[in-house]
Amino acid sequence: MMGAFMKNLPRGAGLAGALVVLIVAASFISPHFLNPINILNVLRQVALYGILGVGMTFVILTKGIDLSFGSTVALTGVAGALLLEQGVPIALMVPACLALGVAIGAANGFGVSYWRIPAFIATLGTMVMVRGFALMLADGGTVNPGRHADTFFFLGGGYLFGVPTPIYVFAVVCAVAAIVLGYTPFGRAIYAVGSSEEAARLSGINVPLVTFGVYAIGGFLAALSGLIFLSRLSVGDPNSGLGLELEAITIAVIGGTSLFGGEGTVLGTIGGAMVLAIIANVLNLAGVSPFSQQVVKGAIIILAVLLETGRRSNK
Amino acid sequence: MTAALKLEHISKSFPGVRALADVSFSLRPGEIRALVGENGAGKSTLMKILSGAYSADEGRIELFGEHVVDPTPASMIGRGVAVIYQELAQAPHLTVTENVLMGRLPMRAGLVDWPRAHRTTAEVITRLGFEVDPRARIGDLSVAKRQMVEIAKAIARNARIIVLDEPSAVLAQAEIDQLFLIIRQLAAEDGVAFAYISHRLREVFEISDTVTILRDGKVVHDGPSAAMTTDGLIRSMVGREVGDVFPTRHPRIGAEALAATGLTTRTMLKNAGITLRQGEIVGLFGLAGAGRTELLRAIYGADPVESGELRVKGRTVTTGSPRRGIALGLGLVPEDRKTEGLFLIQSVGFNIMSASLGRILRRGLLSSLLEKQIVRGLIDRLHIKTPNAATAAQNLSGGNQQKCVLARLVSAGCEILLADEPTRGVDVGAKREIYDLLVELAESRGLAILMASSELPEILGLCDRVYVLREGEVTAELDARRTTEEEVMHFAALH
Repeated sequence: MMGAFMKNLPRGAGLAGALVVLIVAASFISPHFLNPINILNVLRQVALYGILGVGMTFVILTKGIDLSFGSTVALTGVAGALLLEQGVPIALMVPACLALGVAIGAANGFGVSYWRIPAFIATLGTMVMVRGFALMLADGGTVNPGRHADTFFFLGGGYLFGVPTPIYVFAVVCAVAAIVLGYTPFGRAIYAVGSSEEAARLSGINVPLVTFGVYAIGGFLAALSGLIFLSRLSVGDPNSGLGLELEAITIAVIGGTSLFGGEGTVLGTIGGAMVLAIIANVLNLAGVSPFSQQVVKGAIIILAVLLETGRRSNK
Repeated sequence: MTAALKLEHISKSFPGVRALADVSFSLRPGEIRALVGENGAGKSTLMKILSGAYSADEGRIELFGEHVVDPTPASMIGRGVAVIYQELAQAPHLTVTENVLMGRLPMRAGLVDWPRAHRTTAEVITRLGFEVDPRARIGDLSVAKRQMVEIAKAIARNARIIVLDEPSAVLAQAEIDQLFLIIRQLAAEDGVAFAYISHRLREVFEISDTVTILRDGKVVHDGPSAAMTTDGLIRSMVGREVGDVFPTRHPRIGAEALAATGLTTRTMLKNAGITLRQGEIVGLFGLAGAGRTELLRAIYGADPVESGELRVKGRTVTTGSPRRGIALGLGLVPEDRKTEGLFLIQSVGFNIMSASLGRILRRGLLSSLLEKQIVRGLIDRLHIKTPNAATAAQNLSGGNQQKCVLARLVSAGCEILLADEPTRGVDVGAKREIYDLLVELAESRGLAILMASSELPEILGLCDRVYVLREGEVTAELDARRTTEEEVMHFAALH
């Protein structure tokens, strides 16, 4: 009966339902949850992690994975802080850091598509290397951008019309990503490559280029997220961003992106980011220790995949 | 004598399809029974019920006089049933011994007793009269040898009933002869009963004592093979006169569309050359491993070519990539529809549009409105049976999946169609629809079609000319209307 019930659900209905249940439960667990200030807080979390989730969605759609996001966040943070410290204007520093992210992503993409290294291994390698570069640049410590940090604080910590800036950034990222995936030949090619590489090739799709592209996009979004973290923390920390790639994978998977490629949407990823942020928020409000929170998060990943495989096998 | 196997009044339905209706099938010890029928007639379903992979909705299974209540694959193997599938389920990295004795390697003191394992395997292999090193990796063996290894595995498990699902599809004549020798020996000396599934009717007469013919899930004939003729067999299988299987042709042949000369690849093709004219359907025949697929892929640009020249509509061109091939007006219907042809998890519309997105591009973005119109038009024109354009391709029948692949090529403006086994795994009715479609594309739209097939009747029934390949070389170019199966086979198999 459960099987028949699940089979008749449209895609994404499970996620929407889970969100509603979560919000209702959260408002019962803590009276502070529905407080506007708290809601903006949650949305800021959604934005911070959601950007990475969107990047990961691109990569996973091609049946890939990128483990270097967290390290890229750290390296762009350190590099950005160093540039600010040197007095480089923000208008130059930001594109430079984004270019750095694209370069890391491009390296991943090159290894995966042209050298045919399994994505897991290629990005595991860059994850370690990039973290090493961040530590080298920061000389083991942290980098304080000094007085220039104040103006840059706006990107991650500021408000525009009473709404935290990262939410605007996230909204733009999502809109562009949704258009690219849904309404461009490149987006179609991403789904095609993820569904069947050989069929994509025989359909005239440049598979290596598409693969290369999604990793570059992933690197770009990781760098963007690194800049926002730098702005919020006001310090470049080579040890920051640990495990963020796992967070991003969780968000994408909860959002219905299939690890087997070819299936997933930006809207789902937004939902995934919301689920994760609300759970973290409620656990915080309820005073659950960060250690137990990790256990809960892990359990959620397994549950999300379980529900996903259930939906598939019921087809 | 008790029957080795009795399947009685078996029925089995799948959502929307009655695969088997009141089917009875029996085997005596030592009997070799052919099971024939068109694709979709229910042969595979029946054999999966025998293997325990499917459970029947109705009916009774009896093995050696014993009623089997709740068959599972493991219990059926335990009772002596071995099914050897066309696509061999072997582990390529394991050795012959590991495959033959899989799950039952001899142990000594908690460890595998390898010397004994290899000895046992060698004994079985010798008994079957073929030669292979028990220590060889399966992946390094020829398909024929792998087939023998599967039979050895069945014998090592003391199988009393062996089902062979199209064993000869991938074998050369000499290998088939050896296989038949082994089958006859096992049947006569050890009383092993065989169910032999094949499309090759000549083999059916050569090997089998009795024949069961399935059509649309029902038994339409059951009797001694000697009392049957080829024509009678085909009539029973197809349920209509042979002439009706193929559409009538009214070819309108135009100028040269494609000419390939001296195509040579590193592994297969040797100096192969063909020409194709507009409006023409040309067959490409060869035994397995003759290079049919390789030739189509080389022309299309899917595989690298060492040397050779390609002329498209009179202009010398280089292909080199599918992308380039498509731009030149070439289109490939790949051999393996499920992995190379389709994006199974994506929608019918996605699949149809995937090679011609440029048609729906407006100001840099894809227009869903235009896409819907084009897709709906093609679904109607090609009679693709699908609930709607958003249905995932994997939920369509084989024939309709193939039509999606063809629709994609039509949408991409393909002028030269390279079709690799376009009707493989497609049921009878849909086969005819695909033939009709190919004929329409050639005769009303002037497409040049090169169709590789392993089914000779299909080539002779549909094509204008036929090229015969052997070991990567073109050995003959024949008029498909005047030649005979024997003549084509002569050029495909000689030497």
